[in-house]
Amino acid sequence: MTAAAGRRTLQLADMARLSSVGLRSRKLRAGLSALGIAIGVAAIVAVLGLSASSQAGLLSEINQLGTNLLTVTNGQSLTGGTVELPTTAAAMIGRINGVQQVQTTGTVSTAHAYRNPYLNLAATNGLAVQAATLDLLPVVATTVAQGQYLNAVTAQEPVAVLGAVAAQRLGIDRIWPGERIWTGRQWLYVVGILKPAVLAPAIDSSVLVGYPAAQKYLGFDGHPSTIYLRTRTNKVNTVDTLLAATANPENPNAVNVSQPSSALVAQADAKSALDGLFLGLGAVALLVGAVGVANIMIISVLERRSEIGLRRALGATRRHIRTQFLSEAVLLGLLGGTAGVALGAASTTIYAQSKHWATVIPTEAWTGGLAASLIIGAAAGLIPALRAARLAPTQALWSL
Amino acid sequence: MSDTTTPTPGNHAAGGQSDSATSGALAPVLEVDGATKTYAGEPPVEALRGVSLTIGEGELVGIVGPSGSGKTTLLQLMGTLDRPTRGQVRVTGVDVAAMADDDLSYLRATRIGFIFQQFFLAEHDRVVENVADGLLYAGVPLKQRRQRAVEALNLVGLAERAEARPTQLSGGQRQRVAIARALVGQPAIVLADEPTGNLDQATGQSILALIDQLHQAGSTIVVITHDHTIAERMPRKVEILDGQIVADTGPAGPADQRLRRNVDAYPSGLRPLEGLPASEDRP
Repeated sequence: MTAAAGRRTLQLADMARLSSVGLRSRKLRAGLSALGIAIGVAAIVAVLGLSASSQAGLLSEINQLGTNLLTVTNGQSLTGGTVELPTTAAAMIGRINGVQQVQTTGTVSTAHAYRNPYLNLAATNGLAVQAATLDLLPVVATTVAQGQYLNAVTAQEPVAVLGAVAAQRLGIDRIWPGERIWTGRQWLYVVGILKPAVLAPAIDSSVLVGYPAAQKYLGFDGHPSTIYLRTRTNKVNTVDTLLAATANPENPNAVNVSQPSSALVAQADAKSALDGLFLGLGAVALLVGAVGVANIMIISVLERRSEIGLRRALGATRRHIRTQFLSEAVLLGLLGGTAGVALGAASTTIYAQSKHWATVIPTEAWTGGLAASLIIGAAAGLIPALRAARLAPTQALWSL
Repeated sequence: MSDTTTPTPGNHAAGGQSDSATSGALAPVLEVDGATKTYAGEPPVEALRGVSLTIGEGELVGIVGPSGSGKTTLLQLMGTLDRPTRGQVRVTGVDVAAMADDDLSYLRATRIGFIFQQFFLAEHDRVVENVADGLLYAGVPLKQRRQRAVEALNLVGLAERAEARPTQLSGGQRQRVAIARALVGQPAIVLADEPTGNLDQATGQSILALIDQLHQAGSTIVVITHDHTIAERMPRKVEILDGQIVADTGPAGPADQRLRRNVDAYPSGLRPLEGLPASEDRP
């Protein structure tokens, strides 16, 4: 008997057939009990997938804009006052090895932009006016939405180009001949509106004028406040370390150097608070699904007493019975998990496509989802399976 | 997993079987010796009170008794589905008291066939799969199970319904499927619990005729019934009342030895039995 007993571990095909008995005979019930797990897994996969996809979308956008943009801004002294950058800073930086383009803006602290002179100026701050160099746009990776940018001629004249946000605030959405805005002491004629500059949001909310015009009409002192520079991609870090000292040799500590793209990447990496909420909801759905599966399995064991008894009479050991019901629960969990992964992936794909992001389903999301459903199935099926195995064959067959 | 390595206390079983095989006719297949079964309760119920019964190879025995007489308990003990409170049960010479649950299961898988009043067929599986399940726990590979299931269905005259579902069959046909399932493993003994209990008179008769044919072919069969007319037509009739055997006509001798050899040659050499009732309405 021992020799023959060695062959009594059921083959995989037999196990598969046995564990799907309940699923095949009661399809609707099995489907409904797997649904809870499916919803939970789908929620988790979709949340992780959407957050990864949006991150991928943002990163590809940042990459398109270029990661080799560095900005130098004037800092503050120990006493809190603004430390102006020297007017020579841009030229000095341009001589650093690896720097390709240098452009500057200078905040015109003596002027603010308003829609017209009839506003109560005491009740509004107005928009910042910035003097800007002529090749600024390619460096900050934006373009003109309407009209044109400043050129050597218009930079001399009281002419303004509006940042995307500034135009919106002023209520100007197209360029009319003679369109003008008020700076408190001077009308500026609007010749262009820019597209949003993702890497340089300060430009978006500014009104840009030429350096000569700012000095001539607005009382600008000529000091740049922000220097935008592009470096060769492999020189970003080297240049970065040299910038502060080059920009303001007298006071390098009062200079802020930053890489806007890395700030955005960090922002993209930061998990949204909503993610946590939805993940929590997914976990709750999983838990409810687990209870559902456990419930169904317990009912199933009660209903299938005669099957259990018959199998015992046909020679099934307690372990055979236990394994059958346990694997049925695992199968139920896995079915739910697979459906959930598919559902989560599908919704991620649809949403990502609509946003023109790359679809990213993190490996941990779908493997985790499947693993969770497997574990939940096993945990939910454990007690029913033990009960099934404990059932005495006589009780299972004769007390119906 | 563990049963691949664990030595079982049933090692002597093989010896017992070969003994019975060499000692020839009327070797005891099943021995119940002074079996008592008491169910716990207030007051405790004594279902069996010292029952002794020996069933020889090739016998067809009808055990008859009214409900509550202890006949089902006796069947449970004989089928190793339960253990006696006192006394011994030996199946093909093996004392089941000493055996672990796993070994008892294997004993059932290989040496005992069951036929139930309610058939207990899996409705979502085909007929041939239901029959093949009789070998599932005996460690027989799938292909061989199928093959032997078809042969067993042939034996009960249902070969052509192998691919049908049990729900498409009549009650008599279902019981034939259940009988094929009990026989597919060529058990040493078949235990039938009220095999005609869920069938009408005529169908019941055809099932009894089939049982008789199987007996003629050499199978050892015990039929439990409350119906004296059924027990009356068996070669040996045992009456049980209040947990005790009150009458036993004794062994009637082995079945025809020529047919016996035929069964030994099963599955390869066995043909469908001649004169098997083809329809359910045979008297």
